Amino acid sequence: MDPISVTWENRPGVPPALTVTQLARIIRDTVRANPILSRILVRGEVSNLQPAPSGHVFFTLKDATAQLSCTVFREDAEVLGFDLEDGMDVVVSGDVDVFPRRGSVQLLVKAATPAGVGAFWAAYQKTRKKLAAEGLFDAVRKRPLPSFPRTIGVVTSEIGAVVHDIVTILRRRYPIAHIVVAPALVQGPEAPASLRRALAVVSDRVDVVIVARGGGSLEDLWCFNDEGLARAIAASRAPVVSAIGHETDVTIVDFVADVRAATPSAAAELVSPDATELMARINGAGRSLIGEIHEALRSVRNRAMALRERLSPRALQRGVETNRSVLERSFAGLSSVAPREVTRHRGRLEAIGRRLDVLSPLATLQRGYAIAEREDGHVVAHAAEVESGDALAVRFQDGRIRVHVNEEMEEP
Amino acid sequence: MTEEPNFEESLAALEATVDALSRGDLPLDRALAVFEEGLGLYRRCHAILAESEQRVTKLIAAAEGLIEEPFPVE
Repeated sequence: MDPISVTWENRPGVPPALTVTQLARIIRDTVRANPILSRILVRGEVSNLQPAPSGHVFFTLKDATAQLSCTVFREDAEVLGFDLEDGMDVVVSGDVDVFPRRGSVQLLVKAATPAGVGAFWAAYQKTRKKLAAEGLFDAVRKRPLPSFPRTIGVVTSEIGAVVHDIVTILRRRYPIAHIVVAPALVQGPEAPASLRRALAVVSDRVDVVIVARGGGSLEDLWCFNDEGLARAIAASRAPVVSAIGHETDVTIVDFVADVRAATPSAAAELVSPDATELMARINGAGRSLIGEIHEALRSVRNRAMALRERLSPRALQRGVETNRSVLERSFAGLSSVAPREVTRHRGRLEAIGRRLDVLSPLATLQRGYAIAEREDGHVVAHAAEVESGDALAVRFQDGRIRVHVNEEMEEP
Repeated sequence: MTEEPNFEESLAALEATVDALSRGDLPLDRALAVFEEGLGLYRRCHAILAESEQRVTKLIAAAEGLIEEPFPVE
């Protein structure tokens, strides 16, 4: 049958022939309107990987019987968390879209995770070596946790046992702290970006952050091996305690966190002082306080008692008696020494006395002379010292008389 | 901003008063003042720890920016 001769029934609202552009737009709109084709997960093998200078990444996702063009835009490629490689088994998430200009259907990849143990292991080792080489796991980078956090951030799923366990333990141990839960997706391709956002908003307003997730499969925990998330934890203003999965699971996040806890419950215990111990410490301080003030008062009282003892009549009596015996001994000593000394010096004393007698003015007076004196006893030796009207005294051997000078001296 | 000293500061101050008294070199009036201060700090620490009601909030992004709303715990 000649295709040209095919006739179509006209349908209302549809032109007899579409332009290519019109058709491509219809396909695009149909694809975009179908909810099954947006936010989908697709598993396949990476091939024909082509990173472009612009930062976008193009590759083909294929399996045994089909293939699909994929594009990762630069902003999504930057936060992918690991490096895609040809042959890698991955699960990608994104939206299907149509590019009318090239007539192609593409998957716009938003996030990806390795799939299969081999791919996981390779990506994990690669990220771990890269960050270790940069020193992000170095012990010197680890910060101590605050002893008394006022606010504690919890980055985890807001549903499930983990957040409940953490809150319960913190409430029992340290009810003073304010807990800020920053909800995040904890598995799937969108989880790394979600965890980073939650960490970013909470780490500036708390004293310490717990990043936690319950146990799960290797795939479930994969988001905690994300390079971007690890860097965000390293850059967090508040110290970070990680508690991812079971004790045997060690993720990149565990390496980069300031402290790794075996479980979410252990993380809660690590960030909080125990109220029971604190209460014992407070009570101990209270008891010491009372003990010390009693000790201080006892010491003052003892000093006061000692002073009163020294002031008592009995003590005074003792003091007097002690002093008296000293005095008596001294007196006895003196009594025995004095007569001997007196006798020894008596001869000298008598000789000195005789010389004093000869030199004494008294001896002169006894021979009938008189001495003129000023009223202050100063001897007047020269007539020139005296003026008319002066009051003088004249000393005889039996007393003094007052005289007034009537006339100044006569010429001899 | 005159903020009440927090628990950590109060506990440190309480233990400092015990240390000051235990040196035993304070004059009596000063020792009594330190004791009174310590007793106040002791009551304060005790009350904070015994009476605190834990606050649990959820941080969410809203149109007006980040907001905290109560996080339900049973």
